[in-house]
Amino acid sequence: MKILVAIKRVVDHNVRIRVRPDGTGVETSGVRMSMNPFCKHAVEAAVQLGEAGHGDEIVVVSIGPKAATDVILTALAMGAHRGILVETDAELETLAIAKLLAKVVAEENPDIVLLGKQAVDDDSNHVGQMLAALTDRPQATFASEIRVVGQGLEVVREVDSGRETIAIPLPSIVTADLRLNTPRNAALPMVMKARSKPLAVRPVAEFGVDLTPRLTIEKVSPPPERMAGITVGSVAELAAFIAEDVSQMEAL
Amino acid sequence: MSVLLIADHDRGALSPATARVVSAASQLGPIDLLVIGQDTDTVASAAAKLSGVAKVLVAEGVSASDADTSVIERLASGYQYVIQSAGSVGKDRMPRVAARLDLMPVTDVVEILGANRFVRPIYAGNAFQTVTDNQIRHVLTIRASAFRAAAGGNDAPIEVVDSAVTSAVRLIAEHRTESDTPDLATAQIVVGGGIAVGSNFQLIESLANSLGAAIGATRAAVDAGYAPNDWQVGQTGKIIAPDLYIAIGISGALQHLAGIQGAKKIVAINSDPDAPIVKLADVALIGDLFEIIPQLIAELDKAGLKH
Repeated sequence: MKILVAIKRVVDHNVRIRVRPDGTGVETSGVRMSMNPFCKHAVEAAVQLGEAGHGDEIVVVSIGPKAATDVILTALAMGAHRGILVETDAELETLAIAKLLAKVVAEENPDIVLLGKQAVDDDSNHVGQMLAALTDRPQATFASEIRVVGQGLEVVREVDSGRETIAIPLPSIVTADLRLNTPRNAALPMVMKARSKPLAVRPVAEFGVDLTPRLTIEKVSPPPERMAGITVGSVAELAAFIAEDVSQMEAL
Repeated sequence: MSVLLIADHDRGALSPATARVVSAASQLGPIDLLVIGQDTDTVASAAAKLSGVAKVLVAEGVSASDADTSVIERLASGYQYVIQSAGSVGKDRMPRVAARLDLMPVTDVVEILGANRFVRPIYAGNAFQTVTDNQIRHVLTIRASAFRAAAGGNDAPIEVVDSAVTSAVRLIAEHRTESDTPDLATAQIVVGGGIAVGSNFQLIESLANSLGAAIGATRAAVDAGYAPNDWQVGQTGKIIAPDLYIAIGISGALQHLAGIQGAKKIVAINSDPDAPIVKLADVALIGDLFEIIPQLIAELDKAGLKH
């Protein structure tokens, strides 16, 4: 079975982000970058499927600047076999990303494509679903468990009503939620070895996809600041505040 | 300008999120509300009552993202907007619909500024993007908790539409939590518990019951098995915007704060005065939650708040 994992380089999720004062976006220069956490779960899931005898080859692909090589190396150190960087310095919309990935899927023809359910920068949660549409494959989003059963997959999904288990045939697209697994930290020898694994860097123009943005980002602004609150000294005071607040609520 | 809005429903009942998305979308034009799935009778008649709905379309059949997408895609050509709530179904389905229609969607909309200008959160709500959608048609998901519900009293006609599609996906099992508490995503009051509550979540439930509140939990509490999955509030759980959020034994990790950003008032009960949520709260009480909560329930009962 061949598995393709799509990963994204984002501002490290531990960094407290700062909106640029001119409203053009979020400050990313000089900020620590790393693999999107959800993507890391997707890579781990692929490696575990491989270890269980279900993955003959694991290919990771990232779309972004040259610097995104570092997240591909991380994935290779975790156990992926080969990397592809679709190189572009442009900020691409999710639709363009999905179209580029669809081209990669057409070339690689993987049985499973794994992605993180969303990137923690734009929080879009689009790419897996869009890729499934463009490649006409069934999808299992927000996966917290993946099992290979017969010729297909059984996937436990995190949904608003709790969880649900679905069966989907292959080839298919799966997006990873945080409860899927605990991503490994690659040991140093694996990190060294990753550098000798194949990594193809391909200019975005090679794919012939129209990347023109459909949306204009007018501005990016920080959230409204909350007024400083108070600390009360007793349960009675707290109860009085809650009672007052509840009595002032407008009925729905 | 016309809107095709897809209703959220569960077990034969219209979800409270839909009324909120209807009120948001009614700013954009008359709404045809599509009910897709099984057991749709009650759902359709509830949907027909919502103010702003021009008609209700019913597509009986399977409910899986690939099949639903085909039905929606077929109907979408007649509309300027295709919209659903940003719940787990809308998040699963609408990007797929958008890609089919070769449209870039705008998702998790929290504010509608005009016919093609929308505000959406990024970086877990630590920043907001104002976008202009330059496409001729728009696919949106709307964060229900950011809007008030549409009024009732309407009597829109109900029409059945062709929904003959097949799905490659098969539902094997649902794992649910049975609960009488209000819908978490749209509740007016939410009582949330963190890992510090431990296996004593019935304390949280008692307080929630006294206030007629929904119950929420942090990811850590859910991961530890103290609370069920569908109570999880945060970036990877439900996004809530209650009038009052009572955070108990919750430190306020970024992941959780992302889920409660829309809360109008926040009350924190925590033993750590330096916890991030204490700094953020409108009112905080520092102390042992196991002592405070029973006293608080008693005080609220005294104040006549018992439901």
